[in-house]
Amino acid sequence: MQVPILKQRDYLIASIQAALTDADLLELRDELMKQVGKFRSRGVIIDVTVLDVMDSFAVRTLRSIAHMMKLRGADTVIVGIQPEVAFAMVQLGLTLTGVETALDLEEGLAFLDDQRLKERQVKGAPKRGE
Amino acid sequence: MENEVRIAINSDQDIVIARQQGRTLASKLGFNGSDLTVIATAISEVARNIVEFAGKGELALTPIQQSHKQGLMVVAHDDGPGIPNIQLALQDGFSTTASLGLGLPGSRRLMDEFTIVSAVGKGTTVTMRKWVRG
Repeated sequence: MQVPILKQRDYLIASIQAALTDADLLELRDELMKQVGKFRSRGVIIDVTVLDVMDSFAVRTLRSIAHMMKLRGADTVIVGIQPEVAFAMVQLGLTLTGVETALDLEEGLAFLDDQRLKERQVKGAPKRGE
Repeated sequence: MENEVRIAINSDQDIVIARQQGRTLASKLGFNGSDLTVIATAISEVARNIVEFAGKGELALTPIQQSHKQGLMVVAHDDGPGIPNIQLALQDGFSTTASLGLGLPGSRRLMDEFTIVSAVGKGTTVTMRKWVRG
């Protein structure tokens, strides 16, 4: 099951459509790595709303995707983790430390916009001595 | 009562099939939403252990009953290399691979009952039970 990746402005949105095998998850990772360079994307959203299970492999892979994207200059937000999935993840002992999450796609986009705004403000600030 | 479901575990695709079948059977037995996810997650972890360490094995999902309680038993069996130190394997974060080392200890937390029998060179059997909350 391939995950469609949409390009919107300078963001990539990977919208998971069905349960993913380990191989599918690794393919998603590789595809995002390719596209983030190709489109010079600054943000990546991975929508996991349809996933009814996030086990240790899925969480580990999402975490490594987020870290790789950061190294390529893009922020990653995982959106749509279902309440039951969050419950099972915590019991299993899984954490998404260092990875941004948001309730849904809308919140995810808002987060990335905020990040971009902050970056611009820092860049636009007058340098010392000017 | 529903019949036992047996699933051969040989690849990462079988992990997905196993947890979907587990969810379907658990749903028929009367488990609620978050328990369905918990069961599917635990099945995913033990099935993954089979693929990762033994290469192949089998998962059996069986409806169980105790007085008025309904439940589900999950047995994951393989003839793989076995686990030399079970105490260590049940510790959070212990892993002989690049994994997070949460599969076995995490599954134990997710389910109501959890036992593991393993002999080096012979294989591993994980038995887990979850009861429908009344």
